[in-house]
Amino acid sequence: MEHRPIKTDADTRDHLVVIGNGMAGCRAVEELLARDPARYRVTIFGAEPRVNYNRIMLSPVLAGEKSFDDIVINDADWYAANGIALVAGDPVVAIDRAARTVTTRGGATESYDRLLIATGSDPFIIPVPGKDLPGVIAFRDMDDVDTMLAAADAGGDAVVIGGGLLGLEAAHGLSLRGMKVTVIHLMPTLMERQLDEAAGWLLKQALEGRGQTILTGADTAEIVGNGKVEGVKLKDGTLIPASLVVMAVGIRPSVALARDAGLAVGRGIQVDDHMVTSDPAVLAVGECVEHDGQVYGLVAPLWDMCRSLADGLVEQPTGYRGSVTSTKLKVSGIDVFSAGDFSGGDGCEDIVLRDASRGVYKRVIVRDDRIVGAVLYGDTADGSWYFDLLKKQEDVSDLRDLLIFGQSFASGGGAADPKAAVAALSDDAEICGCNGVTKGQVVSCIAKGAHSLDAVRGTCKASASCGSCTGLVENLLALTLGDDVQAGPKTMCKCTSFGHDDVRREIVAQAMRSIPEVMQKLHWTTPDGCSSCRPALNYYLLCALPGDYVDDQQSRFVNERMHANIQKDGTYSVVPRMWGGLTNPTELRAIADVVEKFNAPMVKVTGGQRLDIFGIRKEDLPAVWADLNAAGMVSGHAYGKSLRTVKTCVGSEWCRFGTQDSTGLGVKIERMSWGSWMPHKFKIAVSGCPRNCAEATIKDFGIVCVDSGYELHVGGNGGIHVRATDLLCKVATEQEAMDYCAAFIQLYREEARYLERTAPWIERVGVDYVKARIADDRAGREALRARFLYAQSFSQDDPWAQRAEGAEREHHAPMARFTPQEGFLKEEIGA
Amino acid sequence: MTGDWLDIGWVDEIPVRGSRTVQVTGGDDIAVFRTAEGKVFALRDRCPHKHGRLSQGIVHGGAVACPLHNWRISLSTGEALGEDKGCTPTVPVKIDAGRVLICRASTLKAAA
Repeated sequence: MEHRPIKTDADTRDHLVVIGNGMAGCRAVEELLARDPARYRVTIFGAEPRVNYNRIMLSPVLAGEKSFDDIVINDADWYAANGIALVAGDPVVAIDRAARTVTTRGGATESYDRLLIATGSDPFIIPVPGKDLPGVIAFRDMDDVDTMLAAADAGGDAVVIGGGLLGLEAAHGLSLRGMKVTVIHLMPTLMERQLDEAAGWLLKQALEGRGQTILTGADTAEIVGNGKVEGVKLKDGTLIPASLVVMAVGIRPSVALARDAGLAVGRGIQVDDHMVTSDPAVLAVGECVEHDGQVYGLVAPLWDMCRSLADGLVEQPTGYRGSVTSTKLKVSGIDVFSAGDFSGGDGCEDIVLRDASRGVYKRVIVRDDRIVGAVLYGDTADGSWYFDLLKKQEDVSDLRDLLIFGQSFASGGGAADPKAAVAALSDDAEICGCNGVTKGQVVSCIAKGAHSLDAVRGTCKASASCGSCTGLVENLLALTLGDDVQAGPKTMCKCTSFGHDDVRREIVAQAMRSIPEVMQKLHWTTPDGCSSCRPALNYYLLCALPGDYVDDQQSRFVNERMHANIQKDGTYSVVPRMWGGLTNPTELRAIADVVEKFNAPMVKVTGGQRLDIFGIRKEDLPAVWADLNAAGMVSGHAYGKSLRTVKTCVGSEWCRFGTQDSTGLGVKIERMSWGSWMPHKFKIAVSGCPRNCAEATIKDFGIVCVDSGYELHVGGNGGIHVRATDLLCKVATEQEAMDYCAAFIQLYREEARYLERTAPWIERVGVDYVKARIADDRAGREALRARFLYAQSFSQDDPWAQRAEGAEREHHAPMARFTPQEGFLKEEIGA
Repeated sequence: MTGDWLDIGWVDEIPVRGSRTVQVTGGDDIAVFRTAEGKVFALRDRCPHKHGRLSQGIVHGGAVACPLHNWRISLSTGEALGEDKGCTPTVPVKIDAGRVLICRASTLKAAA
């Protein structure tokens, strides 16, 4: 902006030189002036040709809510009035600590008694081809905002790389300015450093509702364009057109100047509690420093740092002890707040409140009766209250039960007993908002005999939809009945008050599409579920949305994620499919070769008429599969909650007792049903005559051939509790046997609970129910069959072949190898 | 990078709610986990119960469920959670500019 002559006359005061005219540098000077305005002669060097402005308000400027003048903190008069020399637009490029001088790019040299480095941070530019094209910018200073405003005037498409705080604010501003905005975020969750999965999902929904395209889990391959930016290409090949690309993937402390000067630098410039660097004459403050191993990218820690810095400069040291930070997203109409540590862990207790109808998610993390973190979405009114309790480390044990409802509720005297609070409600107070049920109606329904939560849900419908009033209904049950409350059916797991059937029904009824959506709409009490509910939800969604739902690998048990069976020593066993138990020399040779090539210590014939290769290392699995694929074999799914084997006897082709071609039918059934995911493992057998050599009457679906046709049996099990099958019906033709089989599998897939085999399922629903649905209801049976075959059109894609070609490589390869004697090797695999 | 830490790769190489391993010749692997919140932890890849590979378990909250018998192990302390008792050695981790660094001394102990 302007070059003010630097005072060099007979001023004998110590000279404080400040490198950085940003928020930290100026705040530090302000703090110093407040303590002792005359003590130092002050010179400030700034890289930008401007006075000091509030960088965090760039977003509102971009959004058109503020102008540059609105966000100036200190105008030119302030510098003049305080006798501060400002050198703006001529950055310092070198520090000579021995001579105690700094040199600018323009060649000016200035000596100092104390030097303050406040260089802030630099945007991180991801090293992809095209990053230097005109039209590719960061979002860091006013120049960037000016570039964005010019681009917005021309209209068109913009891509923002990075779905963190800064990226989303840039996207919001550009979107308001009329550009069509796509946000590319590498992680599956937006703002994953501040938000958990649940809140990130809500945010994504809201932004998409405003017309932005949000691509999560998207990895930028290159920025394309001829002379100027024209688009962004992702690693999956997608090309997104763009006339402007904003990189907002993160910031790095700006330490080059300090490092060149030989100061101690870690992630940032290392400072003590008084913001003094390894050189006592040099101080540093703000985003460029590392204090006690921490670097900060937010504004709040700055104020504390500057306070202790100024105390030290006037020789009344106090000391900085680190900061707890909180974040708010500055996107109007979307309220997001996060503070502290929300990663959970030992001794941490999550208190979660979800209100699907209002789009609210609140999570408070408590450890040892103290709040350690909070994530709020949709209703952030209590953010500052939680943050205050967190910073003060206040004991919240007395507030525990009502904490999540917020300050006004929790502090509302005498309300510490939730039961008393419920008792105090009037009869016409609404308990269940979804179904409009009052307290009086719930109590009268309990009085009429609904003595369990489930019974209440079944009669007056309270708590039957979203479940957020479950606690209230339970309190009413306890108040009305005392100890006579009956336990309801088992809930799915500790994360929810709903049972499997309820969850499933709601997934279908509300057309839910993802695990975070289910958790939000059904008020899960944990942020990301547990190892019981996640695999179940993944299956229910997969079953409800064939071809549409994207399988969540991290919600699968290891065997299904690795497509092999883990053994107790950590190696895997591999079972290729042998259709109907048949094999041939090519397959046997390939198996023998694999056994030798990979030194498999054991091969075993399984009970399901195939071969199991033991002792394969995780890293070798893709190569093993490639070899087996080459001989025409595919995954046997011996590891899955899925179709396992179709066991057969030799049947009429060879056996003198055989009545039908049981082997041929077995092969056809296996070809029809392989690859389908189920609630649990599923075994089929086909016997050629009632001697039943294939043991069809202890299988999930068994066929016993007789002269006049095919007997169909269901619900058998040979495990801990041996259960012989129930006879479903008898059919005349092979085609009917196959059609009934498909319909039965689909009924099981749609209605059994996750991890429920057919035997306990049939005991629960009754074989008559299954007969009614499969044998007696022709239209229903055909519809079930059609749904099964439709789902199969997406699932019969050999997972081994995909992996052998390199899919999900990171599941198999180690990230790095370490040999103590030889040192360390980092392999560049699947970055 | 200083000699006390081993740079094992980018944070993004570890799947969210998943894990990767560092192979240690002559010893236990190190399992490196990344939680839904993006925090990174490392443990000896060995359940205190029957030595299951923790790296193959389901990561939820700040814990991993062992694939063999579903013991839940805290990622930050290595302690078994709930009713189970036992502890897996932790390996200090730090993140620097998107790179994952693990403590060399603890890794050497895994090889011993």
